[in-house]
Amino acid sequence: MIKTRIDKCFNNLKAKNKKGLVTFITAGDPNYDTSLEVLKGLPSAGASMIEIGMPFTDPMADGPAIQASSLRALKSGQNMTKTLNLVKEFRKTNQQTPIILMGYYNPVYAYGNDQFLEDAFRVGVDGLIIVDLPPEEDDELCLKAIRKGISFIRLATPTTDNKRLESVLKNTSGFLYYVSIAGITGAATPNIDNVRDVIKRIKNKTNLPIGVGFGVKTKQNVEDMAKIADAVIVGSALVSLMNNDNKDDISIVKDVLDKVIELAEGL
Amino acid sequence: MNNEQKNSYKSGPDENGRFGIFGGRFVAETLMPLILDLEKAYNKAKEDIDFLEELNELNAKYAGRPSPLYYAERLTEHLGGAKIYFKRDELNHTGSHKINNCLGQILLARRMGKKRIIAETGAGQHGVAVATVAARFGLPCVIYMGATDIERQKPNLFRMKLLGAEVIPVTSGTGTLKDAMNEALRDWVTNVDDTFYIIGTVAGPHPYPSMVRDFQSVIGTEAKQQILDEEGRLPDYLMACIGGGSNAMGLFYPFLDDVNVEMIGVEAGGKGLQTEEHCASLSAGKPGVLHGNRTYLLQNSDGQITEGHSISAGLDYPGIGPEHAWLNDIGRVQYVAITDQEALDAFKMCTKLEGIIPALEPSHAIAHLIKIAPKMSRDKLIIVNLCGRGDKDIFAIAEHLNMAI
Repeated sequence: MIKTRIDKCFNNLKAKNKKGLVTFITAGDPNYDTSLEVLKGLPSAGASMIEIGMPFTDPMADGPAIQASSLRALKSGQNMTKTLNLVKEFRKTNQQTPIILMGYYNPVYAYGNDQFLEDAFRVGVDGLIIVDLPPEEDDELCLKAIRKGISFIRLATPTTDNKRLESVLKNTSGFLYYVSIAGITGAATPNIDNVRDVIKRIKNKTNLPIGVGFGVKTKQNVEDMAKIADAVIVGSALVSLMNNDNKDDISIVKDVLDKVIELAEGL
Repeated sequence: MNNEQKNSYKSGPDENGRFGIFGGRFVAETLMPLILDLEKAYNKAKEDIDFLEELNELNAKYAGRPSPLYYAERLTEHLGGAKIYFKRDELNHTGSHKINNCLGQILLARRMGKKRIIAETGAGQHGVAVATVAARFGLPCVIYMGATDIERQKPNLFRMKLLGAEVIPVTSGTGTLKDAMNEALRDWVTNVDDTFYIIGTVAGPHPYPSMVRDFQSVIGTEAKQQILDEEGRLPDYLMACIGGGSNAMGLFYPFLDDVNVEMIGVEAGGKGLQTEEHCASLSAGKPGVLHGNRTYLLQNSDGQITEGHSISAGLDYPGIGPEHAWLNDIGRVQYVAITDQEALDAFKMCTKLEGIIPALEPSHAIAHLIKIAPKMSRDKLIIVNLCGRGDKDIFAIAEHLNMAI
């Protein structure tokens, strides 16, 4: 099997005995150009991998910060074609940093599953996280994505028991995203001891790297999580800095990248 | 699957919750174990005599079932065509068909040991029914209701509060039913251990669409027996309004294999299908995935969900139950749309001729009836589901008629 950028990234981190920082921003938030500037700056600010949110009107598993970011992006005219174009422009100057598109199924389905995979692969997308496609719906997109060489990253949660974990892991590739709390994005910070125990349990079942997300807000959170997982995922803490109500685009880019620099110090 | 099931319109959904390509389980992983548990618990409950007997008892003594099948004589004479019957589900306790489903789900919640009830509501009819059964069974309950809907359904808001429910106004998105459902799902994903989500319509992830249909099927089962007793034969037409589609599914389902019974679902045409202000997902939407199921949705070309409009808050939902989507595609049920104005006219006609104030939702079904009944011969039989009463709508209607209350 061909090694994807995600696999290579985790191998490099492992070789250096380091942990990864995965940063989430929403494509087109608060507008296309600003999100592209943030995107370009993320790797040197300390992001090992980048999750790009595909905006959706009804992000059912997300908290207020990411909902708001989705709506800002849509209001600025973002759509799937532009999101793929964002990746294409990023890839002009960066060939290493893995890009993972994250979002909900309907915008992908409306674009057309086959066309979406074709175009995503062509512009340099490495992985997908589709929140509302559980293993029960693998025939929809997951299996096709894997055949195409795009990783399908699945979420495991506090409600995932050992038996369920087997089906969650079955067609997961790239890494496993452990959702540290039962809840929505941007909610409370999880109890670190609980997370440590679960990750230990998951590690017994898979060799996949494990990223932990939900509720990661501070450098201290990053430091705590980096001790027990292979990568730490930050989303709401970044997108909440992208609200352009009282801020110009240049300040947004600076604020977000400064925050990433600060968080990366926790690794 | 044996041959008998294969040839039936009633065999869905399959083990994956699909009606053809529609339905399914499109939910976040956190919820997957919960809906699998729910499916298991429901499958057991529906085979359990004690559960069914308790539900029947509550339906009879608490909700007031069976609801009458009423010959609408003056409307029939006025329209001069087919013979019209109303299935009087507006006479149920709480004023609509919603109680049928809520009683079933609250019994299931209690069986599963859940301690807290959540629900979404649009017009507030489902919210009132949930608050009612939560009060009856002594469980705390939280109802999510769009801020926009709260404004236009104040009487129901007050009723829910009187019944002890906590009503949380939803301002995210556009503050209507779909956003209330998003918010209820967010609550559920956060309170996974003790919370039971009573979905109010035949939509959502499997097993909700079939479970809600089963609880609502009491409407059609009763109507079938009643029309046989009354007329000695099955009706020629069934008609019901459709938002998510639970009252229609409840009436239609027991008749699906009676192939000579034609069925018409009436969607909210708002200001007309040629405008963007309507809620006719089947007539003007396309298949997509939202709130756990694949179905017809109002959406733009980028897969973003668009806002519906209807004079009736209960029909103001950009999707429709997946079984309806399937029945539409295979042609078993015909779906049409009725405008706000047509529904208002029907509301007035029904009130004046029959002395029954219908809710704005079934007024849509009556409006279609007014269009087609006169063209039929007098020996044709039509049953219209009068799924809710209009008390909750009088303020909104007064506004539309420029009358002061």
